[in-house]
Amino acid sequence: MNRIDTRFAELKAAGRKALIPFITAGDPSPNGVVALLHALVESGADLIELGVPFSDPMADGPVIQHASERALAHGVGLAQIFGWVGEFRKTDTTTPIVLMGYLNPVEILGGERFARDAVVAGVDGVLLVDCPLEESQAAQAIEAAGLRRIFLTAPTTSPARLAAMCEKARGFLYHVAFAGITGANRLSPDAVRERVAAIKARTATPVAVGFGVRDAASAAAIAQFADAVVIGSALVESLAGAGSAQAACDAARAFIAPIRAALDAGAAHAA
Amino acid sequence: MKIDYSHYPDAHGRFGDYGGIYVAETLIEPLAELTAAYARLRDDPAFIAELDRDLKHYVGRPSPIYHAQRLSKKIGGAQILFKREDLNHTGAHKINNTVGQALVARHMGKTRIIAETGAGQHGVASATVAARLGLECVVYMGATDIERQKINVYRMKLLGAQVVPVTSGSQTLKDALNEAMRDWVTNVADTFYIIGTVAGPHPYPMMVRDFNAVVGREARAQMLAEYSRLPDALVACVGGGSNAIGLFHAFLNDANVAIFGAEAAGEGIATGRHAASLAAGRPGVLHGNRTYVLCDDNGQITQTHSISAGLDYPGVGPEHAFLKDSGRAQYVGVTDDEALAAFHELALTEGILAALESSHAVAQGIKLAREMEKDKLILVNLSGRGDKDVHTIAAREGLSL
Repeated sequence: MNRIDTRFAELKAAGRKALIPFITAGDPSPNGVVALLHALVESGADLIELGVPFSDPMADGPVIQHASERALAHGVGLAQIFGWVGEFRKTDTTTPIVLMGYLNPVEILGGERFARDAVVAGVDGVLLVDCPLEESQAAQAIEAAGLRRIFLTAPTTSPARLAAMCEKARGFLYHVAFAGITGANRLSPDAVRERVAAIKARTATPVAVGFGVRDAASAAAIAQFADAVVIGSALVESLAGAGSAQAACDAARAFIAPIRAALDAGAAHAA
Repeated sequence: MKIDYSHYPDAHGRFGDYGGIYVAETLIEPLAELTAAYARLRDDPAFIAELDRDLKHYVGRPSPIYHAQRLSKKIGGAQILFKREDLNHTGAHKINNTVGQALVARHMGKTRIIAETGAGQHGVASATVAARLGLECVVYMGATDIERQKINVYRMKLLGAQVVPVTSGSQTLKDALNEAMRDWVTNVADTFYIIGTVAGPHPYPMMVRDFNAVVGREARAQMLAEYSRLPDALVACVGGGSNAIGLFHAFLNDANVAIFGAEAAGEGIATGRHAASLAAGRPGVLHGNRTYVLCDDNGQITQTHSISAGLDYPGVGPEHAFLKDSGRAQYVGVTDDEALAAFHELALTEGILAALESSHAVAQGIKLAREMEKDKLILVNLSGRGDKDVHTIAAREGLSL
């Protein structure tokens, strides 16, 4: 069974909501990435989205653009990222890791090679921002290798398309909270609630919500109706100033812990 | 098997292996709406009549074909003819596309226009049509390009557009396109994105081609009327490739017409400082379509170089990728120095200042003419005029104006 499915099943049984932090691999520094992943888990992450830096991140706001630029300045690429995931897996065999990025680095490596290396490293899912449902050449190899391909849904997604996605959804669906780029401050939980309800009416696959979730309060508001909350830009921003690997781990813990507490308080309240 | 080139792209926007729709989910539905609106309009006689009126009375079409007799004589080979897109309103072929897309925008009820620009020609052409239709216009332009194309930046401002400097990445055309796409995904309800070249996700490569294809349709009819034959070869410069596909498209099924695209070889392809995506790139995915891209082994898009900002782009329209693979068109590199030499040659022999982009096509036309008999005809797309480049050329020659 895929680690993503196991993790969501456990959370559901425990009545808890998933906290999914996003970091750009190799930022703030290529040194200490594995320690940073462990720090995220220790402070409450249930699943980690690891961003594969790309030179032209069309769907990302300035915070993640800059994180990508910093990582690329250090020459971070897929080979290194697979190495970090493999290292992480030596001591953490349960926390799912989803690689999130753009299609070109995958295409250039080759879909099959990418999928094979990802599985060997211990990756569990792949979210390719600019590879929609219909464009499935690289995606076929990803699915065939047993990796979960994570789809985005958006406020603009038509009902017919949403139905097709729910049909194909595995692992979880990632609902984009608003039409915009990552890190924008446009989150409106009430509008998202309706969309998530519409998705959940069509599929039993867990639904995560991301874009615009910045802190404990916004995470708790989303967790009232979503199965998982993704936090990216605000976390990446809090790590950006860290001067050492240790400082990055400390900043991650300080950022994640109150959000974890808010999600768990909300779950306890609901129970 | 003989390919009928008029049948591309297919319903998914694919030109063989290239093209398609590679965008974030939020843009899928807006692109579907655009595809449907454009499919309705492209066959609507009222829309076609409206577009033709604008092209005639506002753009100044048809543009003439000019036989460059002195230049041809000096070269001593085939006859060089120019399709004079430089004589259009705003000084380049770009207006053919923006007039068309602005009409589509108005029919879709959009009130805000955004555009990306490299050399500034597409930005000016977008600002121009926005002013005429009373639409708000925001143009994204790389900070590096703003510096080297100051005149066009000021022209856009005079036309009432807001020019937003893009400081991410390489601060050139590709980054301007990223930023325009980010604006579009954020303001998709009221905003129409006028892409300036035959790249981007479907339906853009098809729609931008269709609006520029007037160049080739006109040229084909003009050749038959004035020379009683088709040209032996076509030449156009290729950055994203809109003026090139505009000229080529009407001739793709004319197997006897050879087709050449001139890419920016910058300081030479071997130096790595160039923008020749077809000659030196590989298939990948950039800006919403599968095409040839310049990238490293990690899939990161590489920095490009060309003396002409309008060719300084690491991708290329997917239809050109298809034409390269099918062998219907040949794509060759022209260096900065060759383009500059052609610029001066044309100025001194024919009294025409060509844009630096178009000067790449002129250089390739001159090369071809040397290899061909005197009774052969080479039609070169003179896609834009060079007024905007005068400062760049002066600076390169150590002059300050």
